[in-house]
Amino acid sequence: MKTIEVPALARVEGEGGLYIGMQDGKTVEVRLDIYEPPRFFEGFLVDRYLQEVPDITARICGICPVAYQMSSVYALENALGIKVTPEVRRLRRLMYCGEMIESHALHIYLLQAPDLLGQPSALDLAAVAPEVVRNALRLKKAGNAIIKAIGGRSVHPVNACVGGFYRWPDAQPLKALLPELEWGLEAARECVKWSVTLPYPELEIDYEFVALHHPDEYGVIEGEIWSSTGHKISIADYEKSYIEQQVRHSNALHSHTKAGKPYLVGPLARLNLNHEQLLPKAQKAMKDARIKLPLRNTYKSLIARAVELVHFYEEAIALINAYAPEGPAHTELQFKAGEGAGATEAPRGLLYHRYKIDEHGRVQFAKITPPTAQNLPRIEADIEKLVPKLLKMNHEQATLTAEHLVRSYDPCISCATHFLKLKIENVGHA
Amino acid sequence: MTLTPKHHSKPKLAVYKFSSCDGCQLSILNLEDELLELAGAVDISYFIEATRTVKPGPYDVGLVEGSVTTPHEAERIKQVRNECKYLVALGTCATAGGIQALRNFTKASDLAVKVYPHPEYLHYLETSTPLSAHVTVDLDIWGCPVNKYTVAEVIAALLQNRRPNFPPSPVCLECKRNGTVCVVVAQGTPCLGPVVHGGCGALCPGSGRGCYGCFGPSSQGNFNSLVKMLTPLEHFPGEAALLLRNFAGYAPAFHKAADEALKASAEKEAK
Repeated sequence: MKTIEVPALARVEGEGGLYIGMQDGKTVEVRLDIYEPPRFFEGFLVDRYLQEVPDITARICGICPVAYQMSSVYALENALGIKVTPEVRRLRRLMYCGEMIESHALHIYLLQAPDLLGQPSALDLAAVAPEVVRNALRLKKAGNAIIKAIGGRSVHPVNACVGGFYRWPDAQPLKALLPELEWGLEAARECVKWSVTLPYPELEIDYEFVALHHPDEYGVIEGEIWSSTGHKISIADYEKSYIEQQVRHSNALHSHTKAGKPYLVGPLARLNLNHEQLLPKAQKAMKDARIKLPLRNTYKSLIARAVELVHFYEEAIALINAYAPEGPAHTELQFKAGEGAGATEAPRGLLYHRYKIDEHGRVQFAKITPPTAQNLPRIEADIEKLVPKLLKMNHEQATLTAEHLVRSYDPCISCATHFLKLKIENVGHA
Repeated sequence: MTLTPKHHSKPKLAVYKFSSCDGCQLSILNLEDELLELAGAVDISYFIEATRTVKPGPYDVGLVEGSVTTPHEAERIKQVRNECKYLVALGTCATAGGIQALRNFTKASDLAVKVYPHPEYLHYLETSTPLSAHVTVDLDIWGCPVNKYTVAEVIAALLQNRRPNFPPSPVCLECKRNGTVCVVVAQGTPCLGPVVHGGCGALCPGSGRGCYGCFGPSSQGNFNSLVKMLTPLEHFPGEAALLLRNFAGYAPAFHKAADEALKASAEKEAK
């Protein structure tokens, strides 16, 4: 019997463990153990005032607080039956651009690239390729700067509310970001070129991709939920098609399609389903780098993130150029009892919220399905497919390849409920 | 508190995560202009979110994000204390139990039933508690999230063998310094600014809304006077208590003030 044990799977958000049991060259069990402690958000949201919800749900994840704020405000606005103004909607998209840029730059360079470049961390990478890491930090900073200009700070910004924003951010600090964003757009295009040269492990899987789709823009907020199977539903019908279940080894819930199959959310799903809505420079970057869709290798999520990085820089520049706020920054709320669902695309995939509220604007019920809960069964199924390859590798290499696969999903384990402990047990002959 | 090494090697830094959102650790990675310099000045020996490399302790300084919410964490924090010369609580989860300490005001098992179909699979404590409830903490950095420059200042102070320079004044004074019009006076918006630890730069009043206290209670706050000020401003009964019973709601001063606010609110309704 052979056992590989790594104390921690690093460079992911949160804590969990991976168990791979094999016997006679076959997989006995694959388990992604999540021991991130449960924090019971959906429990303590009950009886809170609805305007507190975007501030509280932001604390589910420090990397994608904007996604939590946005999914909750859309769900609550649907419950109240109000629609925000086009100006508010554009500013929401701009804030989301900031989060996509910040999160993608972090993941591409600081979390995943070290796997492809044979380094334990970006800090080690900085010792051999300081320019790569300096550029990465600069790319990330520009995204954070957008969020800060709108929301006061990049982690848990304070300006978004149900109905819009507490106030319009000043135009001048936003416009002042333009030269840096122009630099970022160029650097993101270089990132796409670089992304296709990296040595990704081979692993083609016939995924079911699920993402938000919007006919007029790259799907991030509002629209329909599309699947690569052709299944199209409204956001309100999400829970009819995608079912959340609890499994014993995990403090995170697991989602499946109604047919009981795992599915994939995140940048690969978005790019494959929504590439037609990419802005021109992102389209061109993809063409110039000869990227052929669909991409069916989760390791190549990095390429999808790079293409999206171009898109979101491009969109941020356009939105800031057009920024000239008029009228009230938020719609005044009239409370009534109701129920509403909202979904937006967090950097790591579809994030669904549903709330019931009473006539005083108090939350009666909350349901939150984060992207990582949806991807967990998919990650387990991928590892199973990877096992024949792992068996041909030495332990160090096998461990790294499996860890890398988990990281390529950009799992946010605090969201899904936490440190991945990787343990590959070879129970018998390999 | 100083980090002056007895030998010429760099001080060893460890960053730990307990129950939290990762936002305070991320604040370190968000020091984009200072991160590489920081990595040059200290030996980042344990930081799972950033690197696979784990160098063995003991460490000179441990930054701990998150609160203690599981039996495992209650054991692990003791081990962390043993391996770190200086232990710094990083953020409001670590200093006051965080938003997940809302369970302390109800029964955690009632909350678990609302979220999980099989709560019996879970391992959790009835309360979410700050690190100081379990071990001696050398320094508290408040914030949800922490201000990244405060973290840089703490590390710099440790390296330079001096006391870290923390803002001594509450959010209310930061507003005055920023020239922000008072949201209580001008709009009648409930705000915790007078009793909250400064350090964020008074972001919420700057956005036209009341401070919701994520930097925790200031040591000089007059909570009785705050409750008297907030009660008449309530849009609905219990609004002031909700504001206090939030991200730092389990901090003793906020805990007590929220109870007072509930009482005051009930008295107002009775009239």
